[in-house]
Amino acid sequence: MDAVLLARAQFAANMSFHILFPTISIALGWMLLFLRLRWLRTQGTAWLTAYRFWTKVFALSFALGVVSGITMSFQFGTNWPGYMEHVGNIAGPLLGYEVLTAFFLEAGFLGIMLFGHGRVSERLHFTATFLVALGTTISAFWILCLDSWMQTPVGYEVRDGVFHVTSWAEILSNPSFPYRFTHMMLASTLTVAFLMAGVSAWQLLRAKANESTALVLRVALVLAAVVVPVQIVVGDMHGLNTLEHQPQKIAAMEAVWETENGAPLLLFAWPDEQERRNRFAVGIPRGASLILAHDPDARIQGLNEFIGRHPPVKPVFFAFRLMVGMGVLMLLSSWAGVFIYRRRRWVAERLPRPLLWVLAAMTFSGWLATLAGWYVTEIGRQPFIVYGLLRTADVASKVPSGMIASTLAMYVTLYVALIVAYISVIKYMAEKPVDEAPPSPQSGAAVAHAAASH
Amino acid sequence: MGFNHLLPLIFMAVMGLAMLTYVVLDGYDLGVGLLLPRGNDAHKDMMIASIGPFWDANETWLVLGVGILLIAFPKAHGVVLTALYLPVAFMLIGLVLRGVAFDFRVKARDQHKTTWNQVFFAGSGITAVSQGWMLGHYITGLQTGWQYQVFAAAIALALPAAYVLLGACWLILKTEGELQKHAVAWAKTAWPPVVIGMGLISIITPWVSPTVRERWFSMPAIIALFPIPLMTVTALLTTRVLLNSHRVLGKLCWMPFALIVTVFMLGFFGLAYSLYPYVVMDRLTIWDAASSPEALKVILIGVAVTVPAIAAYTVLAYRVFGGKAGELKYA
Repeated sequence: MDAVLLARAQFAANMSFHILFPTISIALGWMLLFLRLRWLRTQGTAWLTAYRFWTKVFALSFALGVVSGITMSFQFGTNWPGYMEHVGNIAGPLLGYEVLTAFFLEAGFLGIMLFGHGRVSERLHFTATFLVALGTTISAFWILCLDSWMQTPVGYEVRDGVFHVTSWAEILSNPSFPYRFTHMMLASTLTVAFLMAGVSAWQLLRAKANESTALVLRVALVLAAVVVPVQIVVGDMHGLNTLEHQPQKIAAMEAVWETENGAPLLLFAWPDEQERRNRFAVGIPRGASLILAHDPDARIQGLNEFIGRHPPVKPVFFAFRLMVGMGVLMLLSSWAGVFIYRRRRWVAERLPRPLLWVLAAMTFSGWLATLAGWYVTEIGRQPFIVYGLLRTADVASKVPSGMIASTLAMYVTLYVALIVAYISVIKYMAEKPVDEAPPSPQSGAAVAHAAASH
Repeated sequence: MGFNHLLPLIFMAVMGLAMLTYVVLDGYDLGVGLLLPRGNDAHKDMMIASIGPFWDANETWLVLGVGILLIAFPKAHGVVLTALYLPVAFMLIGLVLRGVAFDFRVKARDQHKTTWNQVFFAGSGITAVSQGWMLGHYITGLQTGWQYQVFAAAIALALPAAYVLLGACWLILKTEGELQKHAVAWAKTAWPPVVIGMGLISIITPWVSPTVRERWFSMPAIIALFPIPLMTVTALLTTRVLLNSHRVLGKLCWMPFALIVTVFMLGFFGLAYSLYPYVVMDRLTIWDAASSPEALKVILIGVAVTVPAIAAYTVLAYRVFGGKAGELKYA
């Protein structure tokens, strides 16, 4: 395998592993704040039990996110030394601001958030929790701004092959950024909602439910049922935006080879890049044009207009279908869940087991959908690293491919082991009886005080 | 022109300080990790508790250091990280293992705790050794040849020893009773290799690099610089004497840690003086490697605003968890 492909595989392995954990910690941070607030308001210990359990999941996810994020900050240099030489003037400040405004904020207050209860005032503790959640979100803001700029570059000029900034305002509001940011925030929300619903369903199936299980399941299902439709609308808008700015990515997503009016929506096909056509295609006539341009006769540019400048078709095509498929399953399961749960008067023990099994199976559906979505957008940008301007192959490292291959094998082994460990520890924690004591009188008083002063 | 010329220098200073902060802060974390197998189960929990609220933020200084290398000196970042490709990969795997073991060991079932303790130790060890190896190569300008490999190997053993010394001193500061007495003994064990390692760097660096020799041994520099080695030796000797005194278990428990941090700082300044104005010895000066002044200005604003804030809430966290370490419990 050639060195560029290996460098890409290694970076992709690392990115894929990394994104799993921020996807959880971004929305879970806010969820913890919500649980905390409910507990302060209602004094219901079920909220506190939920808060404590999910704090542990947060700590674990956060640690995995941090360590894999550090790996990434090094791999920019080891895998893509040319990247910063060309676009450092733009990428540098954005990455720098992420470290300065977000990374430190999260890490600085995480200790107080996790272990500071009882050592600091209720108010400072609450503030620390808020700042950690805010930090994760600011972090996503800068990173997605940079990624979006690489997809839809604006506000720059090139002098001697080096990109220089002409307008930060344009860069910070580059065309795809609002859509990508919203799409990702909602993806994080859904990932957490299905994780919480799945873990609760598993506890019910295993007869390990505690006082918080029914409550968490309800919050998670309602959240999912509300957010999935919003995500579908946002995803559609993101698609329209991509069609406008990156037509070849859309062409690859839909495997449209020849430019056509009224392109069909392919339910299944096997894109054959050698012969530049689809095998076994099953499609809905005019479907793609309708969905992509909201007009059944709209003209969709085909891949053949972009020979040498379009991404590999198969991964983009299938990843897109996986993402959309997950979205449909999420819609069906969350709506069915809320509908049935409500009919059973929110008594979790009366929920039908098949529904619980479905939700348990969907525990990590958010991960799959998010990864698939990222594959669509990142592979869909190839062969460029900065869309239309800078090719990935031109910035790759000159490190011998044997060395990349051996480190890649090490990383992948490690990551697979860690994902297994992560999932089994969550399963173990979910099945373990709640052992913590109810809130002590002293912290209860502090809570009452804080609640009164709100 | 004037300010634009100054900008790379400012960033070199910020980067250096971030790296120094990292080495000191994560140094004691890694040292405690290396000492972990020496404690019994209760000691292990207490040792981890002493670094629990801090390690995450400590590690972030590495991201800032490398981040500034990446964004302010992109050319150097490429050269350094390509040359150190393998040790970087090992260090990252070590950091991953150490970081996740910290969280897994308290959440996994009890029979797995031992395994995660071993992972924690192994991760700390791999990280420290690779950092030493990288430091050794970096000081000698990333040159290849057997003599440089031997030198790097020596540093790869000396840096973990320095971390162990720092970690033991941290435990003297943060713990009491039996564990504290153990920590004193551990510090004594780590002391000789640290002294040898520092001596080795001081002798070999000028020997392999004419630039460094020139900078240290010409008149009047040699006289002006004399306080640096003198203070280092004094601090190391004072530490060793203190470790024999019982007062180190009580009122003076902070002093070994403070002295070893001073040693790290002096070593750092010595190194900075040797290297300047190069970011890669004899190959790239900081001006060759720097990003455009426009980009640096944008980042500088961020640095000026956020670094004081970061310092402030770091101090806050250390105050909240000040005093002797107690049992760590999630809220």
